[in-house]
Amino acid sequence: MAKKFLSGNEAFAEGVRLARAQVISAYPITPQTIVVERLADMVEDGSLDAQFVHVESEHSALSCAMGASSVGARTFTATSSQGLLYMAECLYYAAGGRFPIVMMNANRSTALPWNIYGDQRDSISQLDSGWIQAYAGDAQEALDLALMSYYIAEKKQVSTPFMANLDGFILTHTYEVVDIPDQEQADAFLPPFQTDNKMSLEQPRNLGFTAGPDYNIQFNYKEHKGLLAARDAILEAEERFAQIIGRRYSGLLEQYKTEDAEYILITLGSIAGLAREVVDTLRSKDIRVGIIRLRYLRPFPEAELKEALQGVKALAVLEKDISFGKEGTVYTNVTASLFQAGIRVPSANYIGGLGGRNISEQEITQIFTDLANGGQGLHFIGIAPEEEQEEVHAK
Amino acid sequence: MIEILWHGRGGQGAFTAARILGTAYVNQGNNAFALAFPSFGPERRGAPIRAFTKLSSSPIGDRSEIKKADYSVFLDETLLTPASLEELKEGGKLIVNTKKHLEDSQVICVDGDAIAQEILQLPITNTIMLGALAAVCEHIDLSAIEQAIRESMPLRLQEKNIAAVREAFRSGTACRKEGTK
Repeated sequence: MAKKFLSGNEAFAEGVRLARAQVISAYPITPQTIVVERLADMVEDGSLDAQFVHVESEHSALSCAMGASSVGARTFTATSSQGLLYMAECLYYAAGGRFPIVMMNANRSTALPWNIYGDQRDSISQLDSGWIQAYAGDAQEALDLALMSYYIAEKKQVSTPFMANLDGFILTHTYEVVDIPDQEQADAFLPPFQTDNKMSLEQPRNLGFTAGPDYNIQFNYKEHKGLLAARDAILEAEERFAQIIGRRYSGLLEQYKTEDAEYILITLGSIAGLAREVVDTLRSKDIRVGIIRLRYLRPFPEAELKEALQGVKALAVLEKDISFGKEGTVYTNVTASLFQAGIRVPSANYIGGLGGRNISEQEITQIFTDLANGGQGLHFIGIAPEEEQEEVHAK
Repeated sequence: MIEILWHGRGGQGAFTAARILGTAYVNQGNNAFALAFPSFGPERRGAPIRAFTKLSSSPIGDRSEIKKADYSVFLDETLLTPASLEELKEGGKLIVNTKKHLEDSQVICVDGDAIAQEILQLPITNTIMLGALAAVCEHIDLSAIEQAIRESMPLRLQEKNIAAVREAFRSGTACRKEGTK
């Protein structure tokens, strides 16, 4: 194991190298990030034996990855923001074709207004596309996710593409210390990719198929079951990872001081780090608060949330996205799960960090204060009361 | 937590210095954590940029930009304004690449350009200012900076940069002692 000072992009690239990806396709123009540049360096210097394919768009990048996956190659691509939206058509294709492609997405805002800073609107808009969606909290987790993602996606009963999300800039461009496993450890963890779902002269089969109304739903049902099967595969991969590489992760969500917490903030991505510091400060004043960091949005951690939220007085969801005309999509998913679990507690939704806006310690502290004072409903962090007031007058 | 703010212009290598400092710090021990990042967004040669290094003995959760720094380093003195002092924590220091001698106990002056011209034969002062920082900041060893330069820079640049860092360290130490008289 080697200790290095790396950015999230570089850490993820190290993970892809250790996973021995065989085909990498990428469109290397903004909003692409340097994860693919680092991989190109590795192919060039011989430390990664892969074919690097430059394509002319993100749509082609994922199409190329599908083509490579359909002959049984372990494939990787990466994108961000508008690039992810441009490949949207292919996201559904890859998931429906059950190709276990791994993609790193640098979470960045979507236009208009044009903005290349971080938020999570890009990936969250694609929750229905049939991909596993994970969100890293730091660069170490990014590297480890790169390795684990292949194990999870390639499990036969899963056979589902995997989108690993890193907060744009805040994770992708920030350097921190990372432990890089040895290649021997990585090989012991991750077996070579083997699949029956490929073009083969010995066992010809139909790929990229048509399915009419009479049995179309059977395919969609199987796709749904495949994504649900990722839940057990994630737990299995993490146990195996802990045994072989020595770092342990906590499944679909991570809890921090939730056990006796009266007020819980649910969030995702790197902002959880600052939220943990706020929890420590409030706990030192005997205020019982906790954090849940959602590590996966698909499959969604319904059972885990139900268990973690027993006995809570009120909760808030802090997220960097908005489904215009409704609320934050993570909040919709959380509250639907609570309703189904029979948990009825006051809740609030905080939209923050859009277009890279900073979320401060004070703003997170305020969420807990609001919760303790019975606060509910939808709030936009950074919209001043007078701005809200103007809208009322406009009506 | 020790927070270091870097001021430079696009192309002067402020972010590289921020990153080498982080590398040096985490190499000093097992309970050493660091974050290094540039001001995010589009980059343009010659335009003012900032970079950030945070050093701590525990994991760092706050990834936002530094508002108040322990050390604020200026690779380019034209970026220095009276407001620069407001970016310092109490007891914080400005470390400035300048030929001038600024009479202020909070300011450490190092003629980085002269060292760069003499040793590197290039007007690049980012690693030089790391040497000046090591002279003032007790949490970072000169030897760790040298090791980080060996890890981070191409072989042909290493020895010259290390020589320049040592010279800046001497110069920064002299300026600090003068300031405490």
